[in-house]
Formats: sequence, structure tokens, C-alpha cells
Amino acid sequence: MDVQYVIIGNSAAAIGAVEGIRRTDARGKIIIISDEPYHTYARPLISYLLLGKTTEEKMKYRGDDFYERNHCQVYLSVRATAIDAREKTVSLSDGRIISYDKLLIATGSSPFVLPIPGADTVEEKFTFMTLADAKKLGEAVNQESRVLILGAGLIGLKCAEGILCRAGQITVVDLAPTVLSSILDPEGARMVQEHLEHNGLKFILSQAIKSIDHNTATLNSGEKVEFDIFVMAVGVRPNIQLFEGLGELGRGIPVNEKSETSCADIYAAGDCTESFDISSGQRKILAILPNAYMQGECAGVNMAGGAAKFTQAMPMNAIGFCGLHVMTAGTYSGESYIVQDENGYKKLFYGDTLNGYILIGKIDQAGIYTNLIRDKAPLDTLDFALICQQPGLIAFTREQRTEMLGGVSR
Amino acid sequence: MKRVYVNEQWCLGCHLCEYYCAFANTGEKNMARALKDIKIQPRIRVEEGNDVSFAVSCRHCREPLCVKACISGALQMMDGVITIDQDKCIGCCTCILSCPFGSVALSPDGHAAQKCELCVQTAAGTPRCVDGCPNNAIVFEERG
Repeated sequence: MDVQYVIIGNSAAAIGAVEGIRRTDARGKIIIISDEPYHTYARPLISYLLLGKTTEEKMKYRGDDFYERNHCQVYLSVRATAIDAREKTVSLSDGRIISYDKLLIATGSSPFVLPIPGADTVEEKFTFMTLADAKKLGEAVNQESRVLILGAGLIGLKCAEGILCRAGQITVVDLAPTVLSSILDPEGARMVQEHLEHNGLKFILSQAIKSIDHNTATLNSGEKVEFDIFVMAVGVRPNIQLFEGLGELGRGIPVNEKSETSCADIYAAGDCTESFDISSGQRKILAILPNAYMQGECAGVNMAGGAAKFTQAMPMNAIGFCGLHVMTAGTYSGESYIVQDENGYKKLFYGDTLNGYILIGKIDQAGIYTNLIRDKAPLDTLDFALICQQPGLIAFTREQRTEMLGGVSR
Repeated sequence: MKRVYVNEQWCLGCHLCEYYCAFANTGEKNMARALKDIKIQPRIRVEEGNDVSFAVSCRHCREPLCVKACISGALQMMDGVITIDQDKCIGCCTCILSCPFGSVALSPDGHAAQKCELCVQTAAGTPRCVDGCPNNAIVFEERG
């Protein structure tokens, strides 16, 4: 009998799982359940859609024939409401109950909505996570709009960049004293902030919104900010509700390196999980797309009876704002090597191995740094002074290089 | 599958591979005319220093981190060759962040990433960089 795979979710982790399953099992039936109405799309591209750098057609994460080619049955605009792990079934919001042999939870995350007194009086308020969110925001914004964004993190700033040319003015408020505080040190944050201010954004940092009344937000300082459109971008929360009562649960769904949960035949991948960050040695929620895809792919291979391990999870971000490239990876511990010049800003964090980095501006060959972190390469086996200046394979020994460039490919 | 491999001890550091690569990707017929007065941005790069030089281009990994990490779905692997749909690419550089060999870069206009596609688009048969190397320092062959 063919195996029946059920995947809850239709984004990077889910697509990774489909591709993982089909590496191993060409026949089993795959059912994808999505509460969104769309063909799989690249979620991080929603800001680029508003910016006009992509289109709904181009931002499809896989081609139109993806489901057909992989023999997937897709249920769109329907929500999985419950999992029965004993009967091995999933209940759907339209009343259907479908059975599974192997189940993947790839439900992603949802915007966290801060309870602000008076927020219910705001007419035009948005979050920025889905294609639907982006379309609604895009329709609401015009050249006269005064936009207030709460949150100077990745989502808030990408949202700001997306609507920069379409809005009248944009103010970003954050409780943290610096922008992108989850991925940048104060110096790097200052550079990004100045660049964005130069491009017309206004920041009010170290401030929270105390209350809102219709079109006026009152900050902790007492300062009032008038706005037409309000965007809440204070972070995301893993969608873990479906797994409640089925097994071990933290802030996310804990998974092992095979993407298995603690419940038999149930796997989880992507933003809804907690995974092991190899750069810090800690369990973390790593809500980033590369992690989601690779964890999903690993789940898929294992669901289909193969043997895969995903042991490379770590924080990493490549993100650009108005032409300024920002790249970060790993964990910021150990000694630091800093260069700041006309090329931009570089900060490497290291001990016996490279632990993490921040690059702003010049990002050429940065993957060589990422790989040093990923492989935990002992720095005393390479020319560290050389690689600090510029990531290059020349800093490795000839033997290492012969293996990298002449041997069997990775 | 045939891939480009590096024989470091034969590399002269002449950078001809870079010029052939840039030329191949212009689609022009005459090399001198195609490359006159432009700063080339090839998809193969020569690293050199301390009496060592070698050329590096995409390894076409079996488990390509660039493809898996690509946030737009622009990078794909077809029959072992990793290519990029520059029309889908939004230039976020996650592939540059991911590639262990430093073999993906932004295209000259900065709007999308570019990488070696083994000249599959240029219909040259053998990658032009390999064809043009005077000393067999890069070769195109099957090594399992």
C-alpha cells in the first residue's frame, strides 16, 4: 500500500518536505493543507512585491507545475483544526477528516500583536507576514499616507522599505535603542539607521506606544505621533496550537535532527519549531527561510523511510535596505575583529573557531565565513590574518583546497 | 556528471579564464570588441598571493546550499547543473551568504545574483573558461 503523507503548511518547510519525500518515494500520496488561497509563494518577497521588484507571478516559490509534477493534492483556504495522533487523522475547518501515515507540521509563525490600549479604534491597521497582508497594505498606502510602524526589526524595516516610495512619510518606533537589535551590534545598527534616515525614514527609538486613539499614538515620553496607517511588526510567534497535548512543547515544537517531534509519525519543520543552533549550542526558534527549507527537506526524506539529518541550523540573514547589503550569521561570542572603512563594516566573532559575523556593505564571498562557522573549522589550520581581511579559499592549506576544489563535490 | 576541477599547481595566474567567462556571457562574437573598455565581472574568480594562484567557480554541489537557502526559488538544480533565473531573483544575496566556495556574486547591475552555469546557456559544449585555459589548470571532467 502507498504511504499517505499529510503536510500542514504550504511554504518553504512544506515544499522542502515534498522535495525530500520525492527523493525517496515517487509513489506515496502527498496532501498539502494551507489556510491561504495561493500557490506556494516566497513569503519574504512580500516587501519586494510592494517595492515593485517582483510580481505575484514571479514570486511563486516553485513553478506552476510543482504540485502536479510531484503528485500533490492541495487543499487551499482550509485550516487544519485538530490532530488525532491515535487515530492518525487531521480534522479540517470544512469538516473533512483525513488520515495520515506520516504527518508534517509546517504551520510557520504568526505576527505577535501587542495589546495596546485603544488599538481597536485604529481603522487602518496591518501586520506584515503574508501575501494577503502585503496586498491589503499596498492598497491602503498612498502618497499622502503617514505610516507608523511599530518594530524596527527585520519585518518592520523590510515593510518600511517596501512602501518607502509609495507613502508620504514613515515613522518607525521601537522599544530597543537600536534598529535590528536581534541581529546587529550598536555600531552596525547605527550605520543601517543612518542609511535609512538618509532615504527618508524617521525613527523614534527607546520608546513604546503607551496608547492609541484613532489616528494618534501616544508614546511613553508623552510625545504624540499622528498617522493614517498603523503596522504592527513587533515579532512573530510559532504556530504550535495543533501540537498541544500531543508531546513535548516549548515556545516552539521541539524537533530532533531528523525533524521528528516527540510524537510518533509526526514531524515538524520551519518557523513553528525549536531547533538546535550549532553556533551557540542552544535550542532556539530560528524563523528563517533556509532553516525552514532544509528542516522540511530532512523531514520529508525521513517520512519516506530514508535517513537524513539536518545538523546545520544556525541564525543567518542576508538582507538589503535601499541598496545597502547586510549579512549576519552565527553567534556573537568570543573576541572580535573589526574593520570599518569605505567598503563598509565588518565584525568577526571568534575563539578557536569562527563563531559569527556581521557584514555591512561589502559582502563578497561571505559564504566562506558562513562555512567556517558551519564546519566549526579550527582557525589554527588556516591563515586567519588573511581570511580576516577577505574571505577566500587562499587562506586554507593546499591540501584542504585540493579536497575542496578537486575532490568529489559536496 | 562533468564538473570543473582545479589543478592548482598548473595555474599561471593569467586570469584568462575570467576573460573567457565574461566574454561567453556577453553573447558577442568578437572577444576584443565585447570586452573593450568594460570592467569584467566574471563568474569564475582567480585567487592569488604568496606564489599561489587558482581559479574558483561553482562546484555544482550535489546538496547545494545556495539552492536550498534561496528565498525566492530563483536558484534551481536541473540534471546536476545549478542555474539561476535572474528574472525571479531579487538580489537578496542569501546564496552569497550560503555558498562555501564564494562562487555566487551579484551581477554587474546589482539586481540579481549570477554564477557559473557551465556554459549551458552559451551552448559552448565545454565551459569557455576551461577551453581558454592555456595550461590545463582547470579541467572539465567526470570524477564521480
